[in-house]
Amino acid sequence: MSPKRRRTNGAGLSLAGPFVVLFGVFFVYPLCYSVWLAFQQTFGASHARFVGVGNFVALVSDERFGIAVRNSLVYTAASLFVQLPAALGLALLLNRRGLRGRSVYRLILFSPQIFGLVFAAILGQVFFSKEGVINQVLHSGYSTLRGWLGGVGIELEPVAFLEFAWLGNQPLLVMIIASLWMYVGFNMIFFLAALQNVDEQLVESSMIDGAGAWSRFVHVTLPAIVPVGSFVVLLSVIGSMQLFELPYIMLDEQGAGDKGLFIVSYLFEQGFSAGDLGYASAVGWVLGLALIGASLVQRMLAREGAR
Amino acid sequence: MRRWRARGAGSRGVDPGSRAAGMLTHVVLIALSVVTLVPTAWLVLAAFKPEDKFAPQGRDVLSLFIPKDVAGEGEGGQFLGRDWRAFTLKNMAEVFAGGEVEEGAGGFSASGERIEKEVGITTALRNSVFFASVGPLVCTLVSAMAGYALARLRFVGQKWILGAAMAALIVPAPLLFAPTFSLLEKLGLLNTLAGVILPGLASAFGVFLFRQATVQSVPAELIDAAMLDGCGELRSFFAVALPLLRPMVGAFLIVMFLATWNNFITPQIVLQTPELLPLSVMIVQLRGSYGDDYGLLMAGTLVSVLPVALVFVLLQGDFVRGLTAGAVKG
Repeated sequence: MSPKRRRTNGAGLSLAGPFVVLFGVFFVYPLCYSVWLAFQQTFGASHARFVGVGNFVALVSDERFGIAVRNSLVYTAASLFVQLPAALGLALLLNRRGLRGRSVYRLILFSPQIFGLVFAAILGQVFFSKEGVINQVLHSGYSTLRGWLGGVGIELEPVAFLEFAWLGNQPLLVMIIASLWMYVGFNMIFFLAALQNVDEQLVESSMIDGAGAWSRFVHVTLPAIVPVGSFVVLLSVIGSMQLFELPYIMLDEQGAGDKGLFIVSYLFEQGFSAGDLGYASAVGWVLGLALIGASLVQRMLAREGAR
Repeated sequence: MRRWRARGAGSRGVDPGSRAAGMLTHVVLIALSVVTLVPTAWLVLAAFKPEDKFAPQGRDVLSLFIPKDVAGEGEGGQFLGRDWRAFTLKNMAEVFAGGEVEEGAGGFSASGERIEKEVGITTALRNSVFFASVGPLVCTLVSAMAGYALARLRFVGQKWILGAAMAALIVPAPLLFAPTFSLLEKLGLLNTLAGVILPGLASAFGVFLFRQATVQSVPAELIDAAMLDGCGELRSFFAVALPLLRPMVGAFLIVMFLATWNNFITPQIVLQTPELLPLSVMIVQLRGSYGDDYGLLMAGTLVSVLPVALVFVLLQGDFVRGLTAGAVKG
């Protein structure tokens, strides 16, 4: 691909040098150090005691870590089985031939991306609070419904929506809804791009052959978007398993307790509140190896698929 | 524009079943657009609402956004039966002035220090601008230099550097929280501006992107020609290659700007002094001191989101491209 290259040690090293130094100090060294840390128990950053695989043994029987893993897995499953199908559905809607205002819809659906996670979490907490917008809308909608049904003789039980603490009682559900708002339009963009790979002629000829909408989707559309799809799935898994800012800020002092505990929240709590950087590193490695494994599997599958 | 109209005209000939489906598509998309916009709309309106206008008026859902005009209150401001005069700039003025933090309302920073009046949002805004400009600029330059060198030059250790940078792409960030904190403590960089900026400067992802961009858009012949004209290797990078890499520079700068502006974890771990905090950390602390005054909290949030929204509106194409390319980082 590239023509003859000059051997240019001086220029090469001076151009790549700044990166190499920074990368060595702030990536390679911390990464190696985290291996060492994972086998220590630390109290603050300066007092460490070698515990061998003790941290990992402790993790296996650590109930709270188990809860964090379970919650993270549920959240990730929701990303894969609720959010991504919704994003694909939106992309299909937007991809309708001759749809007017496509770029406006796309822009609006993508717009929550302007919110950083912190600011989205601040807004989300206010929205889901007891007297927040969500409950107010539910309250008002339900009492209107009760009024109508009461008019035709059907009595509904009053429900005290304004007493319901979403953040305290259903933290996982709130996280799933909040991230749906934030990311569905974002994922939609990938699917929209992928849909441009669908062979129009194949679609038309299958229509002539009398294929229904569903079978067209399964046999023509789906195969065309699999490469992008598998990549989006990987991104979702990686992103979802690293969920941190949303619960950390949204569930603060809301009484959710461990119902709102996720893997990175636990890492953060152990490392920076409890001060055991060693245990936090062990948590980091368990998560890291799982995600590195997921990346490698995706790469392998993608390579298989390309053949 | 012309094509758009032609398409509209063509759709008149389409059969009624497909037209109904088209209508339904619009109904669904409009409904979803409204749902998507509601939180943002509420935020913008709430930022200009006084504290006593937050309670809903009866079953009127719209009053959660715009207060209803109760007879005798908002004389003159009754357009659509709404009390438009209720909106005020008081929240904005107050968050910028640092606000009158109520006694006992919890106006304390994490370290127990009282958040002083002057350490309001103005200082945090300045810090955010500083972090989100200096870091991304340096990072972009460092990445472009390294990406170019790895693509076009030959030097010792090149293969190793490239291999390490590519392997780094799949290492998840939380793995580095604890050791980076420890490293910064040893270097004496905790609670300093450098401690926030330095760890973010080495971007394997940036190097990856700029290496790709060099291969795609910097022809080797052009560099050879520049060399024949007497340009050194370094000068041909800055004078010939860098201008050709400009689209990637723009997209990467936007990605880094967003990532830094919204970064919470690094400043949260590294900084303690209220005077150094960026908006992302400060807003969480101010939440405590504003208490239940949502108007103030939302004014602060709006100010924090506005610069990003501005970039979004002005540079839409680059913004979307950059963010979706940025996702490769995971």
